[in-house]
Formats: sequence, structure tokens, C-alpha cells
Amino acid sequence: MSGSAVTRAASLMSGAMPDGVGVASGLTLTSVDRERVLPVSQALAGLFPWGGLRRGSTVAVRGSVTVLLALLAEATASGSWAGVVGMPRLGVVAAAELGVAVSRLALVPRPGPDLPAVAGALLDGMDIVVIAAAGRLQESHARRLSARARHRGAVLVPFGPWPGADLELTHVRSHWAGLAKGYGHFHSRELTIAARGRGSAARPTTATVFVSRDGMAATPTPLPSDGVWPPETGPVPVEPSMVENVTRLRA
Amino acid sequence: MRTAVIWCPDWPVVAAASSAGLPVTIPMAVVAANRVVASSAVARAEGIRRGMRRREAQGRCPELVVFDDDPVRDARLFEAVAAAVEELAVGVEIVRPGLVAVPARGPAGYFGGEEAAAERLIDQVADRVGVECQVGVADGLFAATLAAHRGVLVEPGASAGFLAPLAVNELAQPGGPERTELIDLLRRLGLRTLGAFAGITERDVATRFDADAIRAHRLARGLDERPPSRRRPPPDLAISEELDPPVDRVDAAAFVAKSLADRLHAGLAAHGLACTRLGIYARSEREEELGRVWRCAEPLTPNGIADRVRWQLDGWLRTGGPTAGIRTLWLEPEEVVEGKALQLDLWRGEGHAEAGEKAGRAMVRVQGLLGPESVYTPVLGGGRDPAERVRLVPWGEELTPAADPDLPWPGQLPAPSPAVVFPDPVPVTVVDKTGEPVRVTDRDLLTADPATVGVNGAPPRPVTGWAGPWPANERWWAKETRCQARIQVLIGTEPAQAALLLAYHEGAWTAHAHYD
Repeated sequence: MSGSAVTRAASLMSGAMPDGVGVASGLTLTSVDRERVLPVSQALAGLFPWGGLRRGSTVAVRGSVTVLLALLAEATASGSWAGVVGMPRLGVVAAAELGVAVSRLALVPRPGPDLPAVAGALLDGMDIVVIAAAGRLQESHARRLSARARHRGAVLVPFGPWPGADLELTHVRSHWAGLAKGYGHFHSRELTIAARGRGSAARPTTATVFVSRDGMAATPTPLPSDGVWPPETGPVPVEPSMVENVTRLRA
Repeated sequence: MRTAVIWCPDWPVVAAASSAGLPVTIPMAVVAANRVVASSAVARAEGIRRGMRRREAQGRCPELVVFDDDPVRDARLFEAVAAAVEELAVGVEIVRPGLVAVPARGPAGYFGGEEAAAERLIDQVADRVGVECQVGVADGLFAATLAAHRGVLVEPGASAGFLAPLAVNELAQPGGPERTELIDLLRRLGLRTLGAFAGITERDVATRFDADAIRAHRLARGLDERPPSRRRPPPDLAISEELDPPVDRVDAAAFVAKSLADRLHAGLAAHGLACTRLGIYARSEREEELGRVWRCAEPLTPNGIADRVRWQLDGWLRTGGPTAGIRTLWLEPEEVVEGKALQLDLWRGEGHAEAGEKAGRAMVRVQGLLGPESVYTPVLGGGRDPAERVRLVPWGEELTPAADPDLPWPGQLPAPSPAVVFPDPVPVTVVDKTGEPVRVTDRDLLTADPATVGVNGAPPRPVTGWAGPWPANERWWAKETRCQARIQVLIGTEPAQAALLLAYHEGAWTAHAHYD
């Protein structure tokens, strides 16, 4: 019984894995574990020893908001709610382009001094809680929040360093394509992400993903025909001012 | 029970006109979902009818002033009418904005007859609020409402006779249950008047129609909608809330209303009950007590309760009812019915509902910690900049985008969009290779290629790539342009590269977003 579950888990994993990335601790997955893992984009799955965001874990993201948003995409699209605390600058349009179901995002941009209480309340009700607390949180509070996530079966995703994180995803470098001297536009971006953590995630891994207007993928997207300036030309709409003027004259 | 109903004709129009400061002598209409829902008498003389399409109404009467339907506005302004009536009569109940009911016996006895009392009421409302109203007195609320529409007094015991010749359409009253199908069916059966419908025995109605038709049948016979053996609510169903700090703002009141409504409804539902008459009471910091009873044809849902509490608080706070903030608020279910009709939740779940409810409770708790305007759900709309395409809606409010996303937005920035958007743009300096500042000409071209970019006073970094400018001359007619043109720049060298979105406005550059 448990043997077949392991095989199934392993075959599921191997399909999602880019070359050169393996499950760090080998075959430790059971079907119970799989139920306790929230899905992530295929391009990122190789970074996680559990193939996704394991419930109860703390996964810190450093260096890139894009990586953070990409983590939320699959889980929110399949019905989970995500809370984001303390990020007033979050680009919601970018989140939607990366596949995040923004209708299931709860944003608390300015938690103020109540940050631990707010994050704790959200951990009780949501599957994923993102918290940006650079230097605003004592280590004891941070550990208590991680413990609460473990207890509630939620995933805590701190943006920035976090004491005792189970896994840390760090943005290593980016390369932008599509931009030249005076023409084109940001068309796609190659991101290198390194992951290292504790226990089964102790072995460092890296992955290269590509972000384009179609979201995040493991392979680069070819430059589209409209990749040159001007980017998009739609029909010229009637300026509202013209309509207003006409009405004013008649009145 | 002898009931007097005070009816303000065309109340949505009257309320809209008074909040817009327009006289009632110009043709006006209130439109919901592109259909006229109410019109002024002058507009009706021009041929405007209820249910007419907006365009058709404007075609018939080009000078028609059109207002959007706004139940909050209607309820808020109606508080003044209810207060005026309350000076003469006790037991005022608001049926809906535009219609109040009072027991007729008290004022009739005091003023010497129902006719005298009705005249006093009409004078009082005209004097205090300056709006016209009509009064009808009859046995029971339904007959009294129809009597008020006609401005007549029905003798005691003559309600059934008064109703008999009226058309069955009268069974559908605004704010009441939807009875279009029933009315249609009755007419096809040849029952064109309330009298003909009342002539059928109740037993025959009960075996052939649904529960609502039985209530409609009771109305047609001149009886109350429900049999008089209503359950008295157990006293512990009333709930109260101490507000600390005291509430003096409408948005805070709306938040309180929502949590109280949920609690009241949960308490009632635990007893298998639902509320049809809701008493809303408040005490201010200076010990002023305010109270108002809302009556509803259908059992109130949590949202229905929250709406009424919000409207009432809105009405009190804006008309200056209390001279200080509201300190205590309590809700009393004055009349309850079996709550069978309210078990809506059974089929709603599709797996996501539970997660949504859990998340909703968590967000309400955060609102409890930080206040109502602290938790937001984003809605994507139309726009040219990444910032203006997003509207953050406080949790619990309606999710409507700021602008239509399906319209063409020429000059919209291409995807992928920046992951970090600055709420307050950061000043940057953009210079060319000779050290001259780069500007955007009137023809939306750069004066020179940018060579270095310095962000917020930091040392300038070399530009390794740039694109644009994307012109966006928005709202130039209103002289409130936000930016003239945007460019994307890539500054620094790998691995410490940064991609920014810069905007040019009136000779200065600012960074609006970071492709982080």
C-alpha cells in the first residue's frame, strides 16, 4: 500500500523536474504528504523537496517579488486563499499575469505594530501567508509565527531573511530580454533561483525559470512578432472630451 | 389592527433631487440597471413610465435628469420623514424608504378622528421635511399601503371590500417578495381582481400554490400577511455592542453593522428563527437614545440586517440626530418567523466555499484589530499604468473595478508587468552622456539617449538598455495630467541590475515601478 504510494509520488515528481534537479532526500513522500502539499508552478517544483509548498512549513523568499508571486500562483488558482501582510508596493497586475487568482488575495498593506497579531490571525484562516517584516519583527515573534503555521497547517512565506526557515529561495541573478537602445520592451526575463534549507532540503539546488507575459515557464518563450516598439496598437477610441463638447454645445 | 401608512410618492426621485439640490419641477427619473425605477410627476406627464429603458426615456423627454439608483441615499434622507412622523405618533415602523407605518389608534384618539390625524401627519411632513406625502388608514399594513397610494381612509372592517375591486398586480409591492409569476398565473386563470382571488378558499390555494401564494391570498382577503400567532422572540436574542471608541463616521458604522448583523442572524438561526421586524437602537455618548423599527416583508438575511443597520446609522449620523458619537448599539428582533426560508447555505458550497468562509473570518478578525479599512481584496480594471489598473477594495465591500478593463487602452504598458509598484513615485535624475538632463519633447520624443539614472539621490548608475517613450496624455482637457510619457530602463550591470519604469511629467522624472 505505502509502496505504491511512493512509486506514484516519485513518478509524479520526475515529470515535473527539470534536468539536474532531484528530490533532495530521495523517496520520502507518502500520499498523506502529498495531500499536505500545496501545488506550485512546474518550473519551480524542482526547488522543493516536497514538490510544492508543504503545509506547516516556512518558505522564505529573498531578493525578488516576482519569485514570491510565482509561488502563490498555482495554490490560489486551485482554491487556496493567500494573505499578504506589509507589502504596500505589491504589483497586483504582475501577480495576475503570473497566474495568481487575485480575487483570493487578502492584502494588509499597513499592519503597523500589530504585525505579529495580524499575521497570526491570517494564519488561522488562510493557506498561505506572506509577511514582509524586514527588521520589524523580533526573532521570538518570528519563531512563534512559524510554530503557528506548523500548528495550523498553513504555509508561512516571509519575504526577506527569517530565522529557522525550512527552505529559503534566493534570487541569484536575472537577465532581461527584449529591451534595446530605444526600442522593444521588457519581453521576457531569465531568473536564476537558488534554494537551500534544513533537513530534507539541506542540499542546495538551483533552477532557471523564464518569466514572460504568459507567466512563468521552465523554457524560454520565443520573441513574439509584436515584440518591437510600439508594443500594441489598438483602434483609436473616441476621446471622451469630444463627446462632452458635443453635449455642451447642444445644451 | 388599524394602521396608518404615510407614503411619499416617488421617494427615490425626491431623495435624489434633494441631495442634488434640484427643484421637483423639472423632469427627473431614477434608473437601475438601465431601467427607470421611479420618475417624478413632471416626467410622467412627458410619458416616462416605470420599466422604460433609459435611452427611450431620454428620447421622449430630452431634458430628463437621470439619477442612479442608490438605496443608501433613499434610506438616509428618509430618516427625516420618519422622525417627523414620530413627533405625532408612537410605534413608527419604516417599511421601506418612502413608506412608514404607525398604529392609527393613538393619533386618531388624540387628534379627534382618523381624518384629522391624517391631515396633521401630512402637514407635519410637509412642514418639517418639505416633501409631499399621502396617508391611508385601513385594517392591516397591506390595505393601508394601498389606501395611502389612493389617499383614502377605509372604514374599520371594510378592508376586504376596499381591496376586492383592485387588480391583482397590487400584490407585488416594491421591496416585497417577487410575485410576477403568481400574478401572471392568476390573470391567466381569470382572477383579475384581488376580490376574485380572495373568493377562492384558502384550502384550495394551499393545495395548488406555494407558501408565498398563501401569504398573498391572506393579503387579498384583507388579513395580515402571517397569522397572528407569531412567536414572541426569546429575550436573549437581542444583541448589543459597546462601541469603543464611539462611532461617529459612516464607514466605521458600516463595519459595526456587518458584525452585529452576523451575530444577530447566527443567534436567530440557532433557534430556527428569522427576523421580519428589526428594532435598531443606539445610545450616544451624551446618553441620547435613538431607536427605529424596520419592517420587512421577507425574513431578513444577514446582509439585509446589515444594510438596514447601516442605512439607519447613516441617517442618524448625517442628519445630526445624536450630538455625539454612538456609544452603544443594540438590535432587537421585534417579530420573528420560522426561519425555514432562510436556509440558503445548503447548496452553496463547491469545496471552495469553506476555504472562502474561513478566510473571510480571518479577514474580519484583522479588521477588528486594525479597523475596517485595513484588509483589501484587489480588483483588476482598465488603465494605462500598472498602479491605476488595480483597485483595492476593503473586505466586505462590493468588488467593482475602477475602470472597464475591456475598453481599448492605447499606450498601456506591455506585459510582463512590474512586481513592485511604488504608491508614491520616487524622484530620479536622467541625464545623457554629456551630462545634460534628458527631457521629453512636445512630440513625445526624448531629447537624447539616457546614459545614467540616479534614483532618489543615490549615485547615478549607467543605463544598459531602455525602451519607449510610451506617451500617455491622459485627461489633458481637465488640466490634471498625471504623466506625459513612460520609459523602461535597465540600470547597472549584472548581477546587480535593476529594471525600472520611469515616468516624465512637467520636466521631471519619477520612478513608478520596479521589475523586481
